[in-house]
Amino acid sequence: MNLVLAPWLEVVLRALAVLVAFLVLPLLVGQTEHKVMAHMQGRLGPMYAGGFHGWAQLVADGVKFVQKEDITPARADRQVFRLAPFVALIPYLVALAVIPLSPKVVGATVDASVVLVLAVIGVGIIGTLMAGWASANKYSLLGAMRAAAQLVSYELPMVLAVASVALAAGTLSLVGIGNAWNPWWLLWQLPGAVVFLVSALAELQRPPFDMPLADSEIVFGAFTEYTGLRFAFFLLAEYAGIVVMSLLFAVLFLGGWHGPFEPWVGWVWTLLKGFLVAVVVIWLRVSWPRMREDQLQRLAWVWLVPMALFQLAITAVGVVVFPR
Amino acid sequence: MSETTTPATPTTPTASSRERALTVGVGAGGLATADMVLNIGPQHPATHGVLRLRIVVDGERIVSAEPVIGYMHRGAEKLFEVRDYRQIIVLANRHDWLSAFSNELGVVLGVEQMLGMEVPERAVWARTALAELNRVLNHLMFLGSYPLELGAITPVFHAFREREELQAVMEEVSGGRMHYMFNRVGGLKEDLPAGWMGRVDKAIANVRKRLPSLERLIVGNEILEARTRGVGVLPLETVRAYGVSGPIARASGLDVDLRRDAPYLAYGELFGDKGPGRVVTRSAGDCLARLEVLLEQVHVSLDLAQACLDRLVQLPQGPINVKLPKVLKVPEGQIYCATENPLGFNGYYLVSRGEKTPWRLKLRSASFNNVSVLSEMLPGQLIADMVAILGSMFFVVGDVDK
Repeated sequence: MNLVLAPWLEVVLRALAVLVAFLVLPLLVGQTEHKVMAHMQGRLGPMYAGGFHGWAQLVADGVKFVQKEDITPARADRQVFRLAPFVALIPYLVALAVIPLSPKVVGATVDASVVLVLAVIGVGIIGTLMAGWASANKYSLLGAMRAAAQLVSYELPMVLAVASVALAAGTLSLVGIGNAWNPWWLLWQLPGAVVFLVSALAELQRPPFDMPLADSEIVFGAFTEYTGLRFAFFLLAEYAGIVVMSLLFAVLFLGGWHGPFEPWVGWVWTLLKGFLVAVVVIWLRVSWPRMREDQLQRLAWVWLVPMALFQLAITAVGVVVFPR
Repeated sequence: MSETTTPATPTTPTASSRERALTVGVGAGGLATADMVLNIGPQHPATHGVLRLRIVVDGERIVSAEPVIGYMHRGAEKLFEVRDYRQIIVLANRHDWLSAFSNELGVVLGVEQMLGMEVPERAVWARTALAELNRVLNHLMFLGSYPLELGAITPVFHAFREREELQAVMEEVSGGRMHYMFNRVGGLKEDLPAGWMGRVDKAIANVRKRLPSLERLIVGNEILEARTRGVGVLPLETVRAYGVSGPIARASGLDVDLRRDAPYLAYGELFGDKGPGRVVTRSAGDCLARLEVLLEQVHVSLDLAQACLDRLVQLPQGPINVKLPKVLKVPEGQIYCATENPLGFNGYYLVSRGEKTPWRLKLRSASFNNVSVLSEMLPGQLIADMVAILGSMFFVVGDVDK
């Protein structure tokens, strides 16, 4: 494992590896969603594309999206409209680059990686806002307004929940937090984990918090006017978001690479745990209807924020009483 | 939010921003807001077809709402006038495509009454059974589609599995899955196939067995309850004023059901002292109450269909229809024949001048009245709640536009 590479080659290889992960993992989650959701609903899901149980369905979807006409509405704010999908997508790529699968398997080592990830993820929402405003469509505008309202409710509890973990580990580095994790955290950090999962769902705009999209109300909100590849980028951003959030949850609360067998298979454990979280995210979509925007805000301020503060308090007590 | 607390009149942007409890802004004044006109439909996923709502919104709050109808107007009443009574049945079962059997029923009952025709007893019980199965099919459709509008994507699959079970027996008997065309003046088209009643028994048992899992997904869900309880309250006075009928009216506490109050077919006995029939009512009048009425009516209708089958088995063999003359002419006169359709009162006002076609056949459909109440209900609501309310009005656009 002690292969020494030229610095430039190493950078290129790492960047490529992150890019490949960024393109493959969301498709994997997407296909899992197709199949898991279908079986939960007594259906089969895709069965034909690619031959074996429709494994190539999302590839086929991608090919379809590429072929579609790229339409920019006449009255749209052209520049902003065309830029928005990338603003939504790129932050997750950056976030994925610093999330470690194990202390060795990580795109880029950054000291305060937790802060970087949280900051970068917060940028993604601007893509939705840009799309909603620039589309010159009333439904899109309503969707963007809802996304902005949603932003207010999940950011604070999420940051508080992460702060609690960072406090417990005594570091702001994801690798450091992962290394400091021990099974007691499952109990100790439980309220924080719940808060993080709920606010991650809200950040991802996944059911039950998909009000900014709400196909039956505002016809996919900010994405209404998008077609072809740009629309596909928004979809990819959603699934890349699930990957990032699931891995983040796995590293922060489930101990990432901690598991039986040799230490060097740690990255498999992180991926497996992240995959499990992704399945939970899918499961929630199957079983729950959509909340209303004001109900989410009520949930956030009446439950999530106090819970996160409570978590922060017990973490502080824990750190003081049982110093490491 | 009730009417008494919100002034529903549209105001100027500055005035409406002053009404708010919370104003956002810097310095002395808040941010001025402007009203926006939003067309929901005619192509919109929440309108089940081509209903159009022209709403004025302030942010997400609806200031005024106006249902615009007629995109699916097919001139059904005029078409009735140039068809004979056999052909009318084909047309009449299409306006509310989820209640085809019940629609047919109103026409043939009216014609039979004007002819003074005696319908064989087996036909009466078979019609009642089929009408109730049709009601279950209709209700299951809405029990699937309503959660879908609230963002729950799974119940529709459960609902359709049960629908499929019942569709199979309906298809076996009539040949149709949607537009059954099984009623004839004087009875039914054909006798029931051998062994059919046993299969219906089994289908009903299967639906009964699996219904609880659907119910848990719908009324057992906290979010769904939060989205529907206290939302879109329809007061009893408004129900009366607009002629709202069916499950929606009963959810607001109007205890009326033509099956009990003006019995036709075999309902007199079924809703009698020892019969299984009962009228489901609620008093809250909100979206949840409407949904609950629908759910409970499914159970009642399954009981009724079962009772009809039990009776059919005991009845002696005999004809299931009456032989009609080559040219069926209805004697001069007029009649109003109303039935309790799954969505509410469905009435045909038939005027005959002794011809083989009606001189006039007026159609009173349930959804038309039920939808017209929307302009009273929507102002003051959020767009998200608008979808919840719209879905809970259980309408079929074909039944509105005719």
